[in-house]
Amino acid sequence: MSKTKNILIVGVGGQGTLLASKILGQVALLSDLDVKQSEVHGMAQRGGSVITYVRLGEKISSPLIEKKEADIIIAFEKLEGIRWLDYLKEDGTIIINDQEIYPMPVIIGAADYPENIFEKLEKSSNKTIKVNGHELAKGLGETRALNVILLAVAAKLLPFEKEVWEKALVDMVPKKALEINQKAFELGWNL
Amino acid sequence: MNIIKKELLSGNEAIARGAYEGGLKAAAAYPGTPSTEILENISKYQEVYVEWSPNEKVAAEVAIGASFAGARALTSMKHVGVNVAADPLFSFAYTGVNGGFVLISADDPGCHSSQNEQDNRYYAKFMKIILVEPSDSQEAKDFTKNAFDMSEQFDMPVMVRTTTRISHSKGMVTLEDRKEIPLKPYKQNVQKYVVMPAQARRLRVTLEERLEKAGEFSEIFPGNKIEGNGKEFAIITSGVGANYAREALGDRATYLKLGMTFPLPKKMVTEFIEKHKTVYVIEEGEPFLEEQIKALGLNVIGKELFPNMGELTATMIREILLNEPAKKNQDLFRAEDTPIRPPVLCPGCPHRGVYRVIRRIKNATDAIVTGDIGCYTLGVLAPLNALETCICMGASVSAAIGFKQMMPDRKVIATIGDSTFLHSGVTGLMDAVYNKAAITLIILDNSITGMTGHQQNPSTGFTIRNEPTYKVDLEQMVRACGVQHVFKAKAYDFKGVEAAIEKAIGINDVTVVITEQPCVLIEKKKEIVTCQINSENCQDCQVCLRLGCPAISKQGDGTIAIDQTMCNGCSLCIQVCNFDAIERVGGTNE
Ligand SMILES: Cc1ncc(C[n+]2csc(CCOP(=O)(O)OP(=O)(O)O)c2C)c(N)n1
Repeated sequence: MSKTKNILIVGVGGQGTLLASKILGQVALLSDLDVKQSEVHGMAQRGGSVITYVRLGEKISSPLIEKKEADIIIAFEKLEGIRWLDYLKEDGTIIINDQEIYPMPVIIGAADYPENIFEKLEKSSNKTIKVNGHELAKGLGETRALNVILLAVAAKLLPFEKEVWEKALVDMVPKKALEINQKAFELGWNL
Repeated sequence: MNIIKKELLSGNEAIARGAYEGGLKAAAAYPGTPSTEILENISKYQEVYVEWSPNEKVAAEVAIGASFAGARALTSMKHVGVNVAADPLFSFAYTGVNGGFVLISADDPGCHSSQNEQDNRYYAKFMKIILVEPSDSQEAKDFTKNAFDMSEQFDMPVMVRTTTRISHSKGMVTLEDRKEIPLKPYKQNVQKYVVMPAQARRLRVTLEERLEKAGEFSEIFPGNKIEGNGKEFAIITSGVGANYAREALGDRATYLKLGMTFPLPKKMVTEFIEKHKTVYVIEEGEPFLEEQIKALGLNVIGKELFPNMGELTATMIREILLNEPAKKNQDLFRAEDTPIRPPVLCPGCPHRGVYRVIRRIKNATDAIVTGDIGCYTLGVLAPLNALETCICMGASVSAAIGFKQMMPDRKVIATIGDSTFLHSGVTGLMDAVYNKAAITLIILDNSITGMTGHQQNPSTGFTIRNEPTYKVDLEQMVRACGVQHVFKAKAYDFKGVEAAIEKAIGINDVTVVITEQPCVLIEKKKEIVTCQINSENCQDCQVCLRLGCPAISKQGDGTIAIDQTMCNGCSLCIQVCNFDAIERVGGTNE
């Protein structure tokens, strides 16, 4: 892999964005690449907006991805996807889960949830991949499999063999959740 | 053959690993983001004695005692924790160590999870102890491990200073084996271990001598080194700033990358500056390096170009040094149309109902409500709007006393969590009783240290390794302080909480209300009960929305719905509903 890949994973605290970044890190390790990832703990995990940065390449200095540097954004929630859109490269891809989680200002009527998010994204220079992740995960009987479904969609855009991903899953997913996550990966990979 | 083992570790995991490899025997800490995972990871190594202490001062003192006993010892805390532990640490610099001693200070530039942004590197200089600043996980491991040797060699505590982006970023780390280091012999030695004035004056002198030797070592410390040989820029840098500098300038610059920044390697710095026409100092936070360098009479450029607050970024360095134009934002979605998503109390959080009651009582009686630090600080946000102050851990109680003494006609209510009460609230309560400040203290007991991710504390009945232990009985403790009026209520019982607080504030004396309910996240229940709207009865009055529960929201068509995947069945919404329009579904909650 000659060029560094920058992947942002964004969502709402508690949505399980951390497993996806763990698996990505393991893929890098298995591929003998350098990797840095940075995540948020503490306050924001209480239902706030959360972000994980993952960078893979020959030699990585900064743990952060800055504006217009992300090759891929994996957004677990629509509003969070557009919140971080400034970070996507002009020709980057946003993988966006079709789910709305209202933030408190919307719940109490102090703000409106943005409308027509997908329609607007269609007009941008970025590539947009819309995923019905929540429904798909429900179909598997495990809503928490959402993260691996979304990750598998991203996996298709990254220069690693499917076997490497499968090995990383085995390494990083707790045994009792492995089978369902393998199914989730298969599902996302074949979307 | 030696198999090189590499792992992807966060800075905090790497610090734990480095301490372990370095022969650590005792570790004590009080949780605080971004430091918490250091002790949690150390607790996995059975060779080490570990404890959550009630606060940072106790933690530091436990580790100091262990060092005196001859063990390699460590204490870790967030930046503001060092304020609490500063008292023992300053004097400990005088006595010096027996077993090597490492203090981890995890700072939080940008205030991701903190009440302030303080650059604790100044503490090392102020305390006159060695300071090392790792810039990634590998250095976090190596420096921590080295720090024990340095501590013993120079007879002083060593501060390892990290920041959020070091502590919570992962990078590749090469693992090594643990060095088993026996306890050093302990001999009674009042000349060394007792800081009475006459001895303190003598130790004060030796401290300077020890520091001077450490300064000589700084010149050969392997983490102080020149990197690259770019011709366009000469950079002196440390910590996370070094990563951003390399990211921005790559091989266009030559770097003096400093790992040990107090005492500074003066010769090395001087030679570097003499060799280059213009030298920039790139450091996140305050001008700690810059001031020391300028004090040597040398010329560098630093904070006149770079900000001293918030986090540094590579983009910033490119804009400032390379004149790169600022990146344009996308124009599909304007920031002002993108609602913020502040953190919230979780669905089913036991604090919610208590603050709802407090808000009502506050409005009805014009009471002043002081707050403290923990998940319950979120009671300040809309729609609860219940709190009006938050300073530091414990201040809710003591500040309430000040309010009450100056405004005797107003009701004053202080609110605090169980962990925070034990950390530093109880001393304030003694003061309230002693000096007769008729405040009402509400202890929100959720049986855990919640905000920092569920750590045990002296009132939970479990140790860091989840072994059962004695627990502080909060009611008895409060009574032992001299409080005559103590009320208890279950936090989900709206009416009960209301009755208890109303009774308490009606008494013209110090009163305490303890609301009890374990944090909803501690244990996910097997049989999940949820609350659901009965749309036939619902009048869309929205009173339930004013609880600020993230699971309850108004739909596009104006009706109210409860998200069944989020709801934890706490039943507060059932209790506030005036139309019997919310019901429980699913199994029993018992
Ligand atoms: C001196 C200091 N140490 C540590 C912290 C980090 N911290 C913030 S809140 C908190 C504990 C909160 O626990 P508790 O009082 O039980 O309230 P909960 O979050 O469970 O509601 C800690 C450790 C801090 N802010 N200041």
